[in-house]
Amino acid sequence: MSGPLALSEASDKRSMPIEVPLQAIPLARRRALAEALAALALAGPAVFFLLVLFFLPVAAVFVIALTDWRFGANSLSFVGLSNFREVFADAGFRASLVNTVVYALIVVPGTVILGLLIALVIESGRSCRGFYRAVHFLPFMATLTAMAIAWEALLHPTIGLVNQALAAIGLPTANWLRDENMALPILAVIGIWQNLGYAMVLFLAGLKRIPQELYNAADVDGADLWIDRLRTVTLPMLGPVTMFVVIVVALRAFEAFDTVKVLTQGGPSHASEVLLYTLYRESFEYLRTGYGAAVAVVFLAIVVTLTLVQVRFMDTKVHYQ
Amino acid sequence: MNGAISSNRLSLSAALVRHAVLLMTGTLILLPFVWMVSLSIKPPGEIFRASFSLWPAQLYAGENYTKALSETSLLRYMGNGVLVCAMILLSQILVCAPCAYALAKLRFPGRGLLFGLVLVGLLLPHQVLALPLFALGHQLGILNTYAALIFPYIVSPFGIFLFRQFFKTIPDDVVHAARLDGLSELAIVWRIMLPMALPAVIAFSIFSVVSHWNDLFWPLIAVRDQSLMPPPLGIMAFKNEEAGNDYGPLMAASTLVVLPLVIAFLAAQKWFVEGMTGGAVK
Repeated sequence: MSGPLALSEASDKRSMPIEVPLQAIPLARRRALAEALAALALAGPAVFFLLVLFFLPVAAVFVIALTDWRFGANSLSFVGLSNFREVFADAGFRASLVNTVVYALIVVPGTVILGLLIALVIESGRSCRGFYRAVHFLPFMATLTAMAIAWEALLHPTIGLVNQALAAIGLPTANWLRDENMALPILAVIGIWQNLGYAMVLFLAGLKRIPQELYNAADVDGADLWIDRLRTVTLPMLGPVTMFVVIVVALRAFEAFDTVKVLTQGGPSHASEVLLYTLYRESFEYLRTGYGAAVAVVFLAIVVTLTLVQVRFMDTKVHYQ
Repeated sequence: MNGAISSNRLSLSAALVRHAVLLMTGTLILLPFVWMVSLSIKPPGEIFRASFSLWPAQLYAGENYTKALSETSLLRYMGNGVLVCAMILLSQILVCAPCAYALAKLRFPGRGLLFGLVLVGLLLPHQVLALPLFALGHQLGILNTYAALIFPYIVSPFGIFLFRQFFKTIPDDVVHAARLDGLSELAIVWRIMLPMALPAVIAFSIFSVVSHWNDLFWPLIAVRDQSLMPPPLGIMAFKNEEAGNDYGPLMAASTLVVLPLVIAFLAAQKWFVEGMTGGAVK
């Protein structure tokens, strides 16, 4: 793929004055062909793997969802939408879907509001910014499986710090992860703990992009108190960033899996079962392949919808070309 | 100063309030880390005698960490993690960079379509692909091997996208000059574009390594043998064996799993923030 492309400099129109167009055409065509061949060779491996590892599997998920295939079986037959009917008729799946939405409804506002507040407080002064940013961002890149084990120790019914502290100030304690009403909210708290640093970092970047002139103008207009500046300048200017953060955190909330797998296995009595855990268990533990594929399709539909909402809102701001 | 709340220097009391608030939230954020390390250096007696003290009366770190390393294959898990992350990152760069160069600098039919594929690939959550990829791995006979942990991630749409965006900012003249010097297109990718795109390479490397070091979902599906487990899967197996009775070594093992990324993060905070937010922060 090396040789011919050394020529392609000449095919650049700017370096090619008006002269001899008749001879230039076949030459330019050959160069264009050589460039296309080089591109094919360079992009070929990526195209192959994108097709085999992303696009065929996605297509396969849709096909499997329409069949009664099971792992290991040699035959399959198409059963139409019956897997989907089964999924939506299944009280367990509906509970899982509701749990996931409830989880997201706690994690998203919690993460976005706390992330925004912490970003505002960090940005309000100059000292120790890097330190505070690092501390709050740490959970986002720490191995969640290991940190879930640490959380379990914190929440341990008898020797956990949380119950000890509650008991010390005379509040009722609980077996947090074994309590039907508490398990899901507790997992959501861990979700907020993990993601708020991420939201904070995105908000910090958004704050840096607000032009100082806007604050000066607000000053002139009599916005003397910080609350006025916050209301008239900061929050409106953070609108697009906030939209972005909400969607990204929502996507992460819908993908919650590690804490559920490590801490509750969806229990007690399915109270903390979420979509990805259902997907994993049905597909790989119960080997209900068609059912698992149908759950995967539902999950994909949710994720794609959220992403398209984001793309729509970001439309004016994103320029790929 | 970028005064989001105050455009002037904070008054002393406001500054104190700011530090008080951030120290409080920061302490809450760090609590799981602190508690984990604290339990990892306590003897069993002190762990089960409920107390608030973070520092043990009798330091038991040596015993717990030795037990974590000797009674589990923790070093093996971490070795697996390093190997798998390195192989994934290497193949991702090898496959993505040339494709990104073609997208950014070459004209060819289907370029728009290919870029469209990359963007669609970006929005596909990997968990949706797990079922067919499991079947594919089964067909290839590579389940329960290192190859099973690596193959779904040979190509990264995010890598192609990120490199393409960065390559586009490199002037065409650089490419033309390299061609005049007789460099092949592939040599231009490795010797000119990638070195010039070093910030993108670093950001992507951090993103890739952190994602795959921390991943639990796919390894759970792809491997069964303890000898192949990456750290998250290995530590989960350790926890299930211990059934929560041997907290000290379990916390020591958790600490050791989290430690490499924490150290790397503290050493290169800016790069981590950029890598983990996908370049959204600039």
